[in-house]
Amino acid sequence: MTIDDGVRRLPTQEITTHTDSREILANAARDTARYGLEEYFIVDVDSHHVELDSWPEILQYLDSPVLRDTANQMMKNWPNAARLALHNHSPGLTMQDVSGRIPHQAALGEETPGAPGGAGRDVTLVRRAMDAMSIDLQVVFPQPMLETGLHPQPQVATALLQAYNRWFTAEVLPREPRIKTMLGLPFEDPDACLATVEEFADHPGVIGFLVTSQRHAGVHRNAYMPLYRMLEERGLPIGFHAGPNQADSMTSTMNRFLSAHAMSFVTCNMTHMTNWVINGIPERFPGLKTIWIESGLAWVPFMMQRLDHEYYMRQSDAPLLTKPPSQYMREMFYTSQPMEWTDDALLESTLRAIDAPSTLMYSSDWPHWDFDVPGKIASIPFLDDHAKRNILGETARKVFGL
Amino acid sequence: MTTTTARSFDVGASDEVPERGRLVVTIDAGARTVTVGVFRFRGRLYAYENVCAHQGGPACQGRIVSRVRERLDAQQRSLGTVFDEDTMHIVCPWHGFEYDVTTGRHPGRPDYALRAVTVDEEDGRVRVSV
Repeated sequence: MTIDDGVRRLPTQEITTHTDSREILANAARDTARYGLEEYFIVDVDSHHVELDSWPEILQYLDSPVLRDTANQMMKNWPNAARLALHNHSPGLTMQDVSGRIPHQAALGEETPGAPGGAGRDVTLVRRAMDAMSIDLQVVFPQPMLETGLHPQPQVATALLQAYNRWFTAEVLPREPRIKTMLGLPFEDPDACLATVEEFADHPGVIGFLVTSQRHAGVHRNAYMPLYRMLEERGLPIGFHAGPNQADSMTSTMNRFLSAHAMSFVTCNMTHMTNWVINGIPERFPGLKTIWIESGLAWVPFMMQRLDHEYYMRQSDAPLLTKPPSQYMREMFYTSQPMEWTDDALLESTLRAIDAPSTLMYSSDWPHWDFDVPGKIASIPFLDDHAKRNILGETARKVFGL
Repeated sequence: MTTTTARSFDVGASDEVPERGRLVVTIDAGARTVTVGVFRFRGRLYAYENVCAHQGGPACQGRIVSRVRERLDAQQRSLGTVFDEDTMHIVCPWHGFEYDVTTGRHPGRPDYALRAVTVDEEDGRVRVSV
């Protein structure tokens, strides 16, 4: 006896780190068909490539011959530093993939014929993900470099960011116009931030600049005002991209990755948002577009209520403000992922609170373990088509001038 | 009004679905074309559509793993985590949603469930009805 006609055994019975992205994401095509996503302009404002795959190449872009020699010697001599030299990433504590349950988070180890490594391979992987999810343009960020704000040697972090930014603009962006980026700012060094904007602002594909949020810098420090002025004058958005930290004063009490991840991806941006608003940065730079990235959304109405409540009683603590904190927050922008979806009524309130049709921008965060497909926006039952089109791409088109 | 009758398909030999194993097949059945995962736990077969209740991921192509439980002593102190070998979970590889293979339901939110598909075993062959 044999199997019946029309029955096909899937060649990939189990998805692993070696499965092709297009196969991993094949089910996203169901959403494309169901919601007609091919007809939408979809911009993914937060996704990632794995810069450590190209780390030896990136380190050759280090400006300092001394630091470059340190990196090369480290890669050559230290068995565990071959793809990690000078980096503060802790590979022994990478638990995002839930013990192999979510393989694409750990590695996209698939074949990329014709582009076996480096930027060419990165571009191939990004294209596969975009096409599988019907995404037109994708803003691509690095991954472990999001931890750069916690680097114990800020001058090394600054040098690494500069090298990465030069590599990405020279090697990745020219290969695929559908790839965009907001380049990381060496935030510990305000002068280097200015130099970064000067060097890269006009590069094709650079559509803004990014602060990696896990850091201990007060974003209201006077030293940053020239940076905000420069970005405002150039019409370039500033983004704050959240990240994990299991070692700060509160998360260090936590014994589970879930706990530390749930908290730390939000508290870093809560901190910066608070300093940003209470110190009147939006009053000082009313034209500066500000984007809060990868903290989800549920924290925003919480902060709106919390800050408004205290502001009404302590107006003298926030003298630059001419309206409640929540109103400033409603004039900023938010990326959608990871959108808390577990309670429709709460989600509806959240989207109303932030004026989602005008401020929310879809993001996938692919290939991370909590990524969102565009169908997640398209399937929200209480949004009309206009709101969905804005969230999926039209607001990003305006914010970034795409 | 149109009525449709389920049709049974031979999808493979019984030994292609070993204990704690799986067989994932696509059945081209016109408008009812579907990809199905067939699983075996303690000798019995279970089958589900390969679509996660969360975001539609390929749940049947993920890791097969026992449920993790936390043991407590008489004073409610934690003794750490263990695999419960009396369970078999299938895990959606997109986001890690876990489903008990005997019910198709998420262990903490049973209303999140995979769509069950009828599966039978006869004369060493596995048949799925769609």
